[in-house]
Amino acid sequence: MSARWPERPATPTARALSQTYKGVLKVSLLLVATYVVAQALSGFLPAAGYRDLLGLSNRTAVWIVAELHLMFAAFVLGVPIFALITEVVGVATKDRRYDDLAREFTKLLAMAYTLTAVLGCTLLVLFVVLYPKFTAYMHGLFKPTWALYLTLIFAEVIFAYLYWYTWDHLQGARKRWHIALGVMVNLWGTALLFIADAWVTFMMSPAGIDEAGNLTSLWAAVANLTWMPINIHRLLANVAFGGAIAAAYAAFRFLAARDDAERARFDWMGYVGSFIAIGAFIPLPFAGYWLGREIYQFSEQMGVSMMGGGFSWLWILQAMLIGSLFFAANVYLWLGMGRIPGAERYTKFQVPMMLILTLGFLVWATPRSIIATGSEMVAMGGSHHPFLGLFGVMAAKNTAVNVMILTTFFSFMLYRRGNRVAVVPWAAAGKAVQALAIAAAAVVVVGYGVYSYYVPSIVRIGYSVYQVTAVLAAMVVFVAIDIPLLKGAREIGPIAWGRIPARAQYALVFLAVTFTWLMGLMGYIRSGIRQHWHVYGRVADESANAYTMTHGDATLIVSGIVVAFFLLVAAVFFMAMREERKA
Amino acid sequence: MIRWTFFIALGLWLLVLVGLKLLIAPPIPASVLTLYLVMTTVAIVLFVMANEDRWRAFQAPLRAVFEGRVPRFVQAAVLIALPVLVMGAAYLRLAPTHDAPFEPRVVHPEPPSGFNLKGKRISVSGLKNPLRTDGPELAARIAEGKNIYYRNCFFCHGDSLAGDGHFAGVFRPIPANFRDVGTLSMLQESYVFWRVATGGSGLPKGATPWNSAMPVWQDFLSEDEIWKVVLYIYAGSGSTPRTWEEGTHAGHQ
Ligand code: HEC
Repeated sequence: MSARWPERPATPTARALSQTYKGVLKVSLLLVATYVVAQALSGFLPAAGYRDLLGLSNRTAVWIVAELHLMFAAFVLGVPIFALITEVVGVATKDRRYDDLAREFTKLLAMAYTLTAVLGCTLLVLFVVLYPKFTAYMHGLFKPTWALYLTLIFAEVIFAYLYWYTWDHLQGARKRWHIALGVMVNLWGTALLFIADAWVTFMMSPAGIDEAGNLTSLWAAVANLTWMPINIHRLLANVAFGGAIAAAYAAFRFLAARDDAERARFDWMGYVGSFIAIGAFIPLPFAGYWLGREIYQFSEQMGVSMMGGGFSWLWILQAMLIGSLFFAANVYLWLGMGRIPGAERYTKFQVPMMLILTLGFLVWATPRSIIATGSEMVAMGGSHHPFLGLFGVMAAKNTAVNVMILTTFFSFMLYRRGNRVAVVPWAAAGKAVQALAIAAAAVVVVGYGVYSYYVPSIVRIGYSVYQVTAVLAAMVVFVAIDIPLLKGAREIGPIAWGRIPARAQYALVFLAVTFTWLMGLMGYIRSGIRQHWHVYGRVADESANAYTMTHGDATLIVSGIVVAFFLLVAAVFFMAMREERKA
Repeated sequence: MIRWTFFIALGLWLLVLVGLKLLIAPPIPASVLTLYLVMTTVAIVLFVMANEDRWRAFQAPLRAVFEGRVPRFVQAAVLIALPVLVMGAAYLRLAPTHDAPFEPRVVHPEPPSGFNLKGKRISVSGLKNPLRTDGPELAARIAEGKNIYYRNCFFCHGDSLAGDGHFAGVFRPIPANFRDVGTLSMLQESYVFWRVATGGSGLPKGATPWNSAMPVWQDFLSEDEIWKVVLYIYAGSGSTPRTWEEGTHAGHQ
């Protein structure tokens, strides 16, 4: 954006400050404009509890804008985390490429911030115009958090601009100041996320209000039952999302590359992006499980309608998408091993790994109550298949997902080892312990999975914690051994970056699209399970659009949002590339 | 081995198809079979694609056929077999059947926050079985519940509580199978109490098509009797109610 400003301040610091100042100015103008428009519209329109948007459903309008805003917000929160991680790795490994990578993505931020802000302001106007009464209620409850939110927006913008515009200047000895800036960006960003989550989760699991809906404790309303689970879930998802979008960008650039040097650069970039995406994705199911548990605990009604009731079919879609993510991640790694000399030693593991992944996927996607015709029902003796029914319950799904996570982790480790041969004297023993750790985790996961059919649900829930712990422990043990094991390892040959089939790049694009789709779908479920309530059980949605949609309609809207998001992201990428060419 | 990738992949696919069709009884419904086969296909194709050598070996026979490097009759056979297969699949899809159509049903309808029991308003959340205590009286109550079960529920839900009573075959949906891991042990007692008390006609809006034959037991049994029979169906099927707080599942209150 900066290129259009003709004057060039003398020193780098002055330039950074003046750019930041412009950023702040832009945000201020946007906020003032939003305020003026919202005020004018609500003064001009006749008073009402709800309004329609030019005949369009108020719900759909808010839905689309909110989800797009959320996706961009996830992007602008995820990318700085991603950038900071790679920047720190760059300092630690003294590998210049990491710094360039971090810089490359931070460059996208300025545009993305603008889009996020515009979408957020549009959303705000829509709230005020379409849901005036409820917006006023929420505003009244959460007034102090609003002030904080606004302040944080400015803090975030200031630090993000400084972070970007001081990149080249704060190198070498001054690098740590730059990293400090990056930490600040992420702190404010996370704080912003947590505040917005407070509003959202209050609507799901209200607390801190009395029977009449008056505030009794702001802190209780903020720290409601689902607040922390959503915070953690979204934080992790944002990192995964940022990494996935980064990888998709790299894939796109790889496919458009004109020479081998460019191909090598973007191949490597795609790998790092996918690595971070999958790293953050692995703990995500656990966070989701925690969230689901809190929802059940808050209201069994809500929990049942989410998992067993009206929304249960959407989880089959979710299972398909997540299973596909595991597939795509592994296939990408295996294709990548084709460019690592020596990695062919591990090709033989692909058969059992694919088998395990497929079986896990089958179990994971088996529906609990099955769509069946009349005669099939009679044959099964109900809508539950006596054998497949065993796979429909959470015990089986947890086992399956843990096994799939373990397998994907193993894939990663083989990839890492690809061209290296351990030379330390204890190599054989170390590898044996590693194998043992993986095997032990697998036994614990499957063992508890089977055993949990024989115990009450409350005990079963405890088992899923053991399963997760076993998997995490195995990963920690594995990596703890791996680092010293490969120290000074003999290299069979250098990785031939860029020599990867194009289809691997499509796997990366697939990862990003699937992540986004999942976010849209899960977001719909999270919001949809409130059904005809604004604030669950407290403030009813009395508008004509309070009904729950059919899955067909809802998924169409979700898919439409995903398409819109990628069009917008493509625009951001395109602009960034044009700047690059101009520079 | 890698030379045969194509044929191994094809063979594996057929093996899975035959295995799923023949080895699992009762047969897997078409919806799930399709799901499984699609996933198997994707898995096999991805696996083949995930390695350059495999991928090339996989394509080799296809290329040989379509680029004309095989005898004429092989080419002809493939070119005839492909449309015939598609035709067969299309026929199977479109051929009319006498079967009743799909009836998507939700696993468990969501309970209301409260419901009317004999004119009294009952709140579901926080509702506990008042008869589930620790003392020796529990066994007696379960025995009474068993009695109630055999007088009322047995005909539909069956002797072994597996949803296979004498009348079970004539109802759509068929009565719930309490031995299934996905029914009682997934539910809190308050939920089961609500389902028994309000029966099929108490199904909420989301639980289409509302055609469950489950009677409205509050019209025939007292509140205590319902709690007792709930005690029995848990005990008799060897399941335990779902609870959220550790400790309460044994009945401490
Ligand atoms: C006329 C046959 C009939 C009788 C008699 C009968 N039921 Fe049912 N029951 C059903 C049907 C049909 C269903 C619904 C199954 C479904 O919705 O898939 C059902 C469902 C249930 C459920 C819900 C289970 C779940 O997983 O949601 C419970 C609990 C239950 N019955 C308990 C009882 C008890 C206790 C009695 C005796 C007091 C009884 N039933 C008597 C037919 C019967």
